[in-house]
Amino acid sequence: MMLESHTTQPTPVVEASSSGAPVVLKDLVRLFGTTRALDGFSLEIAPGELVALLGPSGCGKTTALRVLAGFEQPDSGSVNVHGKNVSGVPAQRRDMGMVFQSYSLFPNMNASDNVAFGLQLRRQRAGARRARAGELLELVGLADHASKYPHQLSGGQQQRVALARALAIEPQVLLLDEPLSALDAKVRAELRDQIRSLQQRLAITTVFVTHDQEEALSMADRVCVMSKGRAEQVAAPSSLYAKPETAFVAEFVGVSSRVPVTRTKGGVELFGALAKIRGDVQSLPESEIDALLRPEDVSATIGSHGLGIVNHRSFLGATTRLGVGFGGATIKVDVRSGDAELFELGTRVDLTLSSRDVLVTGRKKDA
Amino acid sequence: MASVVTDNIVDFELPMVPLNLAKRRRIRWGRGLILWLAAAYFIIPIYAALKFSLQNINGSFSLSPIAAIPSQPGLAAAFFLSMRLAFVTLAIVLFLMVPTMIYVHMKMPRFRRFMEVVTILPIVIPPIVLILGVLEAAPLWLKASPYLLALVYVVLAMPFVYRSLDSGLGALDVKTLVEAARSLGAGWISTIWRVLVPNLRSALLSATVLTLALVLGEFTMASLDLWETLPVWIVDFDQTNAHISTAVAMLSLLGTWALLTLIVSIDRSHSRRRRRNDV
Repeated sequence: MMLESHTTQPTPVVEASSSGAPVVLKDLVRLFGTTRALDGFSLEIAPGELVALLGPSGCGKTTALRVLAGFEQPDSGSVNVHGKNVSGVPAQRRDMGMVFQSYSLFPNMNASDNVAFGLQLRRQRAGARRARAGELLELVGLADHASKYPHQLSGGQQQRVALARALAIEPQVLLLDEPLSALDAKVRAELRDQIRSLQQRLAITTVFVTHDQEEALSMADRVCVMSKGRAEQVAAPSSLYAKPETAFVAEFVGVSSRVPVTRTKGGVELFGALAKIRGDVQSLPESEIDALLRPEDVSATIGSHGLGIVNHRSFLGATTRLGVGFGGATIKVDVRSGDAELFELGTRVDLTLSSRDVLVTGRKKDA
Repeated sequence: MASVVTDNIVDFELPMVPLNLAKRRRIRWGRGLILWLAAAYFIIPIYAALKFSLQNINGSFSLSPIAAIPSQPGLAAAFFLSMRLAFVTLAIVLFLMVPTMIYVHMKMPRFRRFMEVVTILPIVIPPIVLILGVLEAAPLWLKASPYLLALVYVVLAMPFVYRSLDSGLGALDVKTLVEAARSLGAGWISTIWRVLVPNLRSALLSATVLTLALVLGEFTMASLDLWETLPVWIVDFDQTNAHISTAVAMLSLLGTWALLTLIVSIDRSHSRRRRRNDV
C-alpha cells in the first residue's frame, strides 16, 4: 500500500541531482590465499545505469562490489569512477552509498538519525539534515516512521531506511549487496520495484549484487553473469536470456536442457531435423557436443511413435513444465497448463524445435 | 474396557496429587534454603563488621566511629589516590581494549580464543608475583609514580573487560555496522565513537563497574608498591583504631555499591527511555 502511494506520486520529492558517474573496473584480481576471488574481472558501467552482478556463491560478485566500495583492495587492476582511478582511495572517501545484505542500521539511532548520519559527517546543519532525512524517508514511504528505532521496524522497512541513508549523501555510485535476500517474497518483490523506480528517477549509477536471476533480470539495465572471478557475459536481460554466449550462462540464467547432438554440415541434427548453430562454430569440437535448449524453444506433440516419453510434470501456473526422456537425456518442455492433462506420465511425444538456432557446447564430462 | 482404564487412571492419579504438591513444596524449600545460605554467606560478615565498628566496649551502640572518620589523618589522600587510580586504570584499559576488541572481532575472529587464554593469565598468576616482576622491571621514574599501579591494574582488569566487551561485540554485527559507517564517510574514530561505543553501552558499563570494583578493593599490589590507597590505609589504620578502620571499610563498601548502582541505573533509565518509544 505504502509502495503504491509512493510510486503514484506525481512529483518526486527528491530530484535527480546528477546523471550518475561512469564506472570502469579493469582487470581486477583479488586473491584470498590461493583462491582467486577475482581473476581479471573487467566491467564498464555507463552513467545512471543499473548493472546486476549475478552468479553462484563464490563466483566473486560480492568481492567485486567490495573492491568497488573500497572495503577490499585488489591485488592488481584498477577501479575508475568518473575517469579517476580510486583504487587507493579509502572507502570513506569514495562517496558511494551502500545497502548491505544484513540489516545495517545503527541500533542506537532512530530512522531519521540513521538517514542523517552521512550528512552529519559532512557537517550539514541540524535543521538541513533533519529536513533532508525527512524528504528521503518520504521518498521510501517511511515518513511516519522517522522516530522509530531499527528494532521497531520490519526487515523491509529497515532496508528502505538503509536505502534512504545511502541516497542521502548523494553518492556517485549506489552499491546494493543482496539487499533483498533476507526478506520474504512479497516484500522482496515490492522493494525490488521501489529500488528500480528510485534508481531510474534519480538516474544514479547502481551496482546490484544478487544470486537471484529473477531479481537481476527484472531490475537491471544490463546483467553481468560471473563465474570463477570473471565476467562470463555482460548483456541486457532479454539478450542474456535469449542469446547466452556460453554454456554456463545458458544453464545459470533461466532453465536449459542439455541434449547430445550430432554435428552435420551446416548445423546439428536435433529431433530428426537440421538446426543452425548459434554463435562461434569454429571453436566447437567436431563430436561429443550438446545442444542447450530452453523449455519454451521445444514443442511436444502426442504421437504413439514419438521418441520422447513424459516422465515428469510440474505445474507452474500458466504453464506446466514436462520432463521428457529423450535419447538418455531429460528435456524440459513448457506446455499450456490447459493442455497439460493430455500429457500424462508415460505418454509418448514427438519433440520439435521451435527456435531458429541452438546454442551448442562441448559435452559435459559427467553427462 | 474403556471405563476400566479411566477408573484406573483416576484411582492412580488421586494419591499422586498430594505427592506432587509435597514434592513441589520440598523443591521450593530447597531453593529458599540455598538462597538464604548464600545471602547469609555475604550478610553475616558485613553484619559482624558493622556491629563491631558501631559497638562500644560496654556493649552499647553509637555512631561516633563514623562521625570520627573525616578527621582521620591520611584517609582523604588515600581515598582520592584510589579514585584517581580507578579512573586512570579505567581510561587506559578501555582505550586499549575497545579498539583492539573491535579489530579482533572484525578482522581476526580466530584470534579470539587466543585472546581469551591470554586475558585469563592475570587471574592465574598471583598478584604478588606480578607486582614483584613489575617492580623489578620498571624504570625508576615510573616506580616513583603511583600510576605504575594503574598500569598493573590494567592487566588485572583485562580479563573482566575482555569478557564484557566480547559479549557486547558478539551481540552486534560489527563488520556490517563499521562498513555502513565508512561507506557514509565516517573515519575509524567517528565509527568507533558514534556507532560502536553507543551500542556497546551495557558492555562498557559492565567493564567499568568491574574495573572500578577491582581497583577500589585491591590491597596486595598497592601495599607492596608502598602506596597508601584506601584498602592499604584501612589495614594500616586497623592497628591504631580497629573500630574506625572497620567503619571506613563499611563506608567504602557502601560507597562502591552506591557508585555501581548509579552506573547501572543510568544504563537502565536509558534502556527504559528507548523502550518507551516502542509502539
